[in-house]
Amino acid sequence: MGELRLMKGNEVIAEAAIRCGCDGYFGYPITPQSEVMESLMAQRPWETTGMVVLQAESEIASIHMVYGAAGCGKRVMTSSSSPGISLMAEGISYIAGSELPCVIVNVQRGGPGLGTIQPSQADYYQATKGGGHGDYSLLVLAPASVQEMHDFVALGFDLAYKYRNPVMILADGVIGQMMEKVELMDQRPRWTDEQVKEITGSWATLGKTKDRSKHVITSLEMDSHIMEENNLRLQAKYNKMKQEDVRYETILCEDAEYVLVAFGSAARICQKTVQLAREKGHKVGLLRPITLFPFPEKPIEELASRIKGFMTVEFNAGQMVHDVKLVVNGKTKVEYFGRMGGILPSPDEVEQALLQKLIGG
Amino acid sequence: MAEVAERLKDIIKPENLIYGKSPVLNNVTMHYCPGCSHGVVHKLIAEVIDELGIQDKTIGVSPVGCAVFAYNYIDIDWSEAAHGRAPAVATGIKRIMPEKTVFTYQGDGDLAAIGTAETMHAINRGENIVMIFINNAIYGMTGGQMAPTTLLGQVTSTTPYGRNVDLNGYPLKITELIAQLPGAAYVTRQSVHTAAAVRKARKAIRKAFELSQQNIGTCFVEVVSTCNSGWKMNPVESNDWMVKHMFPLFPLGDLKDGGKDKTDGFNLQPQ
Repeated sequence: MGELRLMKGNEVIAEAAIRCGCDGYFGYPITPQSEVMESLMAQRPWETTGMVVLQAESEIASIHMVYGAAGCGKRVMTSSSSPGISLMAEGISYIAGSELPCVIVNVQRGGPGLGTIQPSQADYYQATKGGGHGDYSLLVLAPASVQEMHDFVALGFDLAYKYRNPVMILADGVIGQMMEKVELMDQRPRWTDEQVKEITGSWATLGKTKDRSKHVITSLEMDSHIMEENNLRLQAKYNKMKQEDVRYETILCEDAEYVLVAFGSAARICQKTVQLAREKGHKVGLLRPITLFPFPEKPIEELASRIKGFMTVEFNAGQMVHDVKLVVNGKTKVEYFGRMGGILPSPDEVEQALLQKLIGG
Repeated sequence: MAEVAERLKDIIKPENLIYGKSPVLNNVTMHYCPGCSHGVVHKLIAEVIDELGIQDKTIGVSPVGCAVFAYNYIDIDWSEAAHGRAPAVATGIKRIMPEKTVFTYQGDGDLAAIGTAETMHAINRGENIVMIFINNAIYGMTGGQMAPTTLLGQVTSTTPYGRNVDLNGYPLKITELIAQLPGAAYVTRQSVHTAAAVRKARKAIRKAFELSQQNIGTCFVEVVSTCNSGWKMNPVESNDWMVKHMFPLFPLGDLKDGGKDKTDGFNLQPQ
């Protein structure tokens, strides 16, 4: 067993970054995730693992620093919260278009606009439908615990390199701020120059040597036919994600008549709701998408043919519910319940909504 | 005729070669308009990289604008930045691979309008990069719109009656601002409109790349340039117009030298 510690979600992002051998972090302070960079600066990993940590002048600069450094075949990341992610949308689109691997953490707060610093899941659309311009997708991981905040950093880098695509860890203010027991991974070394060359030597800007032609990191292509091919290649990659990297968790779905669908901290609340409803004799289960893109379509499709209804529970105005409806395609009822503006529903409140909208009585 | 050809054969021999294209410059036709300064500056950069023997350790950051295709012409690894973000991209590259030589190549719209924040902060941090700034007082690629450095009274497609100070503000002397930043190591303004100017610009670019090997802060070379297509003039008229109208506002010469500022006496001691 690895080292156990009681840690905040944001702090553990920093700890996991250092321990998984991350090469660099570029960020800008924003509530409720500022502890990520604060923890990194306090630890001074440049003196131990050699990891670079830099406070940029803006989220725009941070994401473009990530673009430059990721283009060098290094494992780099940034973190922010909703308004900051909007500023990064430009750079994220360029990173996706240039097919660079990196990890982006969004510890969501309520919007729109400056909104609130309280937790929210209102960036579901932004995260799963692209967010910036052009046809691209991020691989989106939604942690529901401090442990998953830890685990998804290393997993995020693995997936980012598997697909040469940006990976987003879509957390929220609850997960970022709460403290839980976490088992830390052992320190892994950063990739050596030889490893970087072996893994990324066919595309990264490591300096043009005589034995190869120059490498150019770009998303630009003026020939429409080639640009269409580039887009088709991206789409094929996203389809591969759908085949190989869907992740989800089911709780008491085997005999369920009604299934709650919730991700992140909303799923934590729903776990309690399932227990409360079961105590009253209602057969309720929980499906928790862990990857929001690719979305767990198959398990929802299978459940749709045999259960009486789904209810999504989200800290937004009802965003994921549309993805569930697309999969269910009219086979059974799909309802939504949620709160906004930084308010978290209680398990009882969710249960009441479930009774009212689906179960009846 | 046959006699002339025979005599030429005698002359064209390797031992008689006094000037050749740098091997770091690719064998492709540039897309730049005849008379444009970009081609000359590209050539100078390629020559300097070749002379210093740093082709395999130099990473270029190309901009959005006419020089977006710089990566087609200079035979090194490139990262193509979003509009204005080249200094941030260069920062990411240099911080993660400090042993490399990293430079940006940016126009006035890129460096002094949309990318002002990235420009000022990269230099203020004293990033150990070279920045080449092509100032032609207009947006070339998008068809001749007003740039931050467009002169008062200058006609562009978005200032069809001339740049008006009340409507559009003043031309931005960003290089003067940059020279005030403590992180700047070397700041100079050059041009490439005469053979003598090209030689001086070449010297300045070489100095910037050499100094950047010493990691003493940001080295910044502005090249006051022509855009005859955007200005709607022929190349000769453009050079004359630049000398007459741009040089008074953007005078040539060094603005800062000697490395980034010392911090002695200005550092609080954390408890």
